[in-house]
Amino acid sequence: MVPFAGWDMPVEYSGLSNEHLAVRTRAGLFDVTHMGQVEIAGKDALAALQWMTSNDASRLTIGQAQYSGLMTPAGTFVDDLLVYRFAEEHFLLVVNASNVDKDYAWIVEHIRQFGDVTALDTSSRYALLALQGPVASHVMQQLTNFDLSGMKYYWFAHGEVAGVRATLSRTGYTGEDGFEVFVPPRQAPAVWNAILETGKNDGVIPAGLGARDTLRLEAAMRLYGSDIDAETTALEAGLEWIVGWKKENFIGRDALLRQKESGVTRRLVGFEMTEGAIARHGYPVMIDGRKAGVVTSGTQTPFLKKAIGMAYVPATHTAEGTGVDVEIRGRLRRARVVPLPFYTRPKG
Amino acid sequence: MYPADCKYTKDHEWIKIDGGVGRVGITDFAQKQLGDVVYLDLPQVGRALKLGDAFGTVESVKAVSELYSPVSGEVVAVNSALAEKPETVNKDPHGSWMVEIRLSAPAELESLLAVADYSALVK
Repeated sequence: MVPFAGWDMPVEYSGLSNEHLAVRTRAGLFDVTHMGQVEIAGKDALAALQWMTSNDASRLTIGQAQYSGLMTPAGTFVDDLLVYRFAEEHFLLVVNASNVDKDYAWIVEHIRQFGDVTALDTSSRYALLALQGPVASHVMQQLTNFDLSGMKYYWFAHGEVAGVRATLSRTGYTGEDGFEVFVPPRQAPAVWNAILETGKNDGVIPAGLGARDTLRLEAAMRLYGSDIDAETTALEAGLEWIVGWKKENFIGRDALLRQKESGVTRRLVGFEMTEGAIARHGYPVMIDGRKAGVVTSGTQTPFLKKAIGMAYVPATHTAEGTGVDVEIRGRLRRARVVPLPFYTRPKG
Repeated sequence: MYPADCKYTKDHEWIKIDGGVGRVGITDFAQKQLGDVVYLDLPQVGRALKLGDAFGTVESVKAVSELYSPVSGEVVAVNSALAEKPETVNKDPHGSWMVEIRLSAPAELESLLAVADYSALVK
């Protein structure tokens, strides 16, 4: 167990690599109850959300979710989040555990100018379990009357899971097919046990924070506080796809537009070490012997069995195959730029 | 379960003395804490070490951990075969020596833990 944003989190259960491989080949069950929830409701909920978040929430149908950013006026991240459209005028935001208080204060401050809208920090009302992996839908289908074959990626529905009232969402942070289940905290242990019991024959095992990090890195999903933060913009982070250029004004739009027109000077890229060493968060990226960037995430991943990572590098050095050095314990080690994501799940 | 013919450090290295030379590795407790070892960074032969010097690095998927020399002396051999197959450290930690050090101050061994004390430490 390690302390994480005020929670005691299991880093691993049976071993990080074992859990990582289970998620890639079978399925793993994560307790991600630490994630925060903020609900926005009222006649002006959509207008407020459109102003505060980068992606275009008006494109969400009820029952659909999207990845988005809570942006500063500089186009950098207050947080990254998922926006769920619960009803026409009711949205659920799922935010990072370490940012709940900051996000809630930010949201309250910025919805002032809107009339009929409220914001509630409902984090303590939800436990969140994530079943991720190729057998996830087969296992989950045995526990629910939802027709999961009709539920597309980034859609959700309300119903029962293991006899408990739940919101079931086809989302995740591993690069695999899978589900996130919102349940009342008191009933979470029963649902957790039911999923493990039902999935036992299919090889479902509990998975911890360690595997969650290596899995999301292979899938190149950004981690707030490492790959993105209040110093990095959506464009630098390669997340222009969550910038709703077509919608009306939103916080950070002007800055992002200026940056788009002038061009970014640095960008988040994927890299692979080409000589034996592992790059980690915070290690300097060196070009021609000078510090030119920084590694934001890096590890040796259990599935790809390579030392990979993401780093901010100058825009001149982002082309696939470009060689850069990473300074590891005082020594320069060769790496080359590779396309993101490192891992894409097989289709079908 | 820890070999009785070794001495141990509080940082979870073991050293096995043969003549004036000690073979050094990490303990079963250490490899369990680290999880799957994926990389070893070992020193060059000839490096002079003082007791407590960091002489290398062992990395698992989740952590980077320094290796500390249990004695003072000179590195006279490095197990480069082990560096090629770092996962061996998990399978056989007490058979996976990393470096051999020619002791320059054998009296330092007195300050290390005997097997009973080390076993009690990691209990």
